[in-house]
Amino acid sequence: MVMVPKIKLNIDGNTIEVNKGKTILQAASSIGIHIPTLCHDPRLEPFAACRVCMVEIERGKSNALITSCNTEVTDGMVIRTDSEKVLKTREMVLELILSDHPKDCMTCGKCGACKLQDLAYEYGVRESKFFEEPDGGVVEDSNPVIQQDTSKCILCGRCVRICSEVQQDYAIDFKDRGFKTETGLPFGMSRRDTTCVLCGQCVSTCPVGSLVEKQAVGMGREWEFKQVKTTCAYCGVGCTMYLNVKGNQIVKVTSKAGSIPNDGNLCVKGRFGFDFVHHPDRLKQPLIKRNGKFEEATWDEALNLVASKLGEIKAKYGPDYVGVMSSSRCTNEDNYLAMKFARATIGTNNVDQCART
Amino acid sequence: MSFGSGSMTNSISEIKDCKLIFLIGGNPTEAHPIVGLEMKKALRNGCTFIVADPRKIWFAQHAKLYLPVRPGTDNWLLNAMAHVIIAEGLENKEFISTRTEGFEELKAFVKDITPEQASEFTGIPAEDIRQAARLYAKSEKSAIYYTLGITEHTCGTDNVRTIANLALLTGHVGKSSTGVNPIRGQNNVQGATDMCLPDKMTGYQGVTDNAVMEKFEKAWGVTLSRTPGATAPTMFERMDKNQFKALYVIGEDPVISEPNQDSTIKALKNLEFLVVQDIFMSETAKYADVILPATSFAEKDGTFTNTERRVQRVRKAIDLVGNTRPDWQITSELSTRMGYNMNYSSPKEIFDEIANLTPILAGISYERIEQNGIQWPCPDAKHPGTKFLHEGKFPRGLGKFFVLPYRAPAESPDKDFPLLLSTGRTLYHYNAGTMTRRSEGIIHKTNECFVEVNQADAKELGIFDGETIRIATRRGEITARAEVSGKVKKGVIWMPLHFAESAVNKLTIDAYDNITQTAEYKVCGAKIEKIPG
Repeated sequence: MVMVPKIKLNIDGNTIEVNKGKTILQAASSIGIHIPTLCHDPRLEPFAACRVCMVEIERGKSNALITSCNTEVTDGMVIRTDSEKVLKTREMVLELILSDHPKDCMTCGKCGACKLQDLAYEYGVRESKFFEEPDGGVVEDSNPVIQQDTSKCILCGRCVRICSEVQQDYAIDFKDRGFKTETGLPFGMSRRDTTCVLCGQCVSTCPVGSLVEKQAVGMGREWEFKQVKTTCAYCGVGCTMYLNVKGNQIVKVTSKAGSIPNDGNLCVKGRFGFDFVHHPDRLKQPLIKRNGKFEEATWDEALNLVASKLGEIKAKYGPDYVGVMSSSRCTNEDNYLAMKFARATIGTNNVDQCART
Repeated sequence: MSFGSGSMTNSISEIKDCKLIFLIGGNPTEAHPIVGLEMKKALRNGCTFIVADPRKIWFAQHAKLYLPVRPGTDNWLLNAMAHVIIAEGLENKEFISTRTEGFEELKAFVKDITPEQASEFTGIPAEDIRQAARLYAKSEKSAIYYTLGITEHTCGTDNVRTIANLALLTGHVGKSSTGVNPIRGQNNVQGATDMCLPDKMTGYQGVTDNAVMEKFEKAWGVTLSRTPGATAPTMFERMDKNQFKALYVIGEDPVISEPNQDSTIKALKNLEFLVVQDIFMSETAKYADVILPATSFAEKDGTFTNTERRVQRVRKAIDLVGNTRPDWQITSELSTRMGYNMNYSSPKEIFDEIANLTPILAGISYERIEQNGIQWPCPDAKHPGTKFLHEGKFPRGLGKFFVLPYRAPAESPDKDFPLLLSTGRTLYHYNAGTMTRRSEGIIHKTNECFVEVNQADAKELGIFDGETIRIATRRGEITARAEVSGKVKKGVIWMPLHFAESAVNKLTIDAYDNITQTAEYKVCGAKIEKIPG
């Protein structure tokens, strides 16, 4: 093992030792000191765009304000994360951000899960003293899963960076200048016609309500959803994800940074491929084929028929004329019972699943 | 096998620290997107990529070395790489002498397999083969990743062993971020294989092992057969010959997923009784006598085991849809009605029984995997699980080199069917498409079958990009939209398998690997033509 050199520093009066290469934000977090962020996502390189992670660093007589997310710790650093200067600055930064953000939390779907709303609450910022010029709005795009509202964008660049750094699809970027700056697809193109793979990683990292799951719009607020932790049912990677359920309906699928093995990332199938669960084509009643046509039956009728037919065939030809094909789509428990059914109930080892095909 | 057990030797979290990744016959950005992201992380960290694939996939475009291998000739490439490693003295002599057997035989065999000769079969320049061997052997942390491009051949097992030869030659196995890793295709392929094989009880305990069978007999209170059962392809073969009468299919659609669709349908029609248990009316279900409506993953509790052997929880999020029931409940009730009592109150109770009878899972319980899954082998409740396999020792003792000469595919292109058809998955759809084709966001991007054609072949036949063309093999024909580009190698066409209306398995050949009985979906002779009018 390569030994990483240690750095000694002081944060809010606590002297600590951390590995060289850590940022002030990471060092603070390691001793439970919370520094607010908007543009930070642990999956991404530091960007220092939002400026709310500003801290004060002692530099003789003239203390400096620096962004903690992208500043590496150095030996002997003395840092204040909650000085008056820091708090005043954060307040002003929030006012600057809010000067280009609609105050429509009462109708915004992100309400309750919005990082900007949380910070505005924490710092008591209600109005912006800066000139406000509303711009942007919902971007027209025919895709059914991602909705973008550029008026709510705070230009933290998380969507742009997750698309380029993590996905490496480079579908979206910053456009225009000044108040008009926004993120999005090039030349007004649609998601269908660009390198966008509809993974929704941009949605997953957006700290405000600018990028949201289109299917979840109007379906409820964050606090109304029950989040059920489960494992994705598509490929063999087995991403940990959360089904967000309201009533008896899956509204959206999310994940969390640090999840094993996917660290909060999901693909288009995992994030948006859940609507099959509620599809009207789902089989809802046992069916028995009579005269070449399927007719609905009760569970008793269907199960009794299967039990008697399998029993008859087993008695007539022997158990090895019967087989069970189980599935890589089903759980271990389902597969185990299918296997036990073939061996213990039917009496044959003719049991296989689709792994070889 | 070469090591003595078949599974990913490393974990997904180790990918980002690889120094070299040799990706062969796999397209993670599409088939395993999140593994793809970890590999992209490795790429950003400076990892060297060698990509062998007949299609210029995403990683091929970002690789240090791209080897456009002709489908079915991986054996030549891999043996020639072994040749170069030995000829240039790049082998790990200490590893070979302490942890392997059969080296001299391999050395004698690959002596004559020169990169020049391999180049003729594979279509890869000899110098690139040499370069690939050098890069792979010399890197400090080399890992091989492969998927169905290696295994879906009549020589699939041979291919896997030839890959293992390279790892054994160089000692690139049994360490963090260094190993041989098949990435499993479906969510619970690993778990289904762990649970359900015709010659194995749970956790790869052989049905011919008397001690194992006595343990199960005692636990289940029945007498069990010691004769290995029929694999799925053997079951179909016996149906075809009228030597099989009833089949209970759970969550599978063999009409779409098995090769040579016409023969699959004919076999199913020969059955006296077919029961299909599924969540949608599948193509296979249409031939059933009884259909039992099951639940999706969102409506039940249980566990899936992912490609890195991690047993993870699946949790019920919504009520049962309609009058459906979870698979485990249906099977239990059916069994009880047939006179063998299965009374389980919950999947947890079933899992405890599995853990009790399966040494590799013995230490896993729902309580232990409440937060995060555990990777088997996990022999007892104190064991943390196993991140990577084969550290210090292989299950079979010494790693074994296999001498495996090239075997041609069951059907190669010829005068009548001059192109080579290969098949696979895409990002947006999943297998038979039963789920994804009912998902709005996904069909927005792709909802139509296509066939990738090399621009040179297209030009010769006067086929344009976007045109609907006919694709035919000895087994059938379908139509699809032509995607003309330089992505696929000249002489090769490639199609996805997800579309029932253009079912590519009408075309594929029902020829199987001699050991695993995996079908050769990756190679058969085909022709394409314009549709007149």
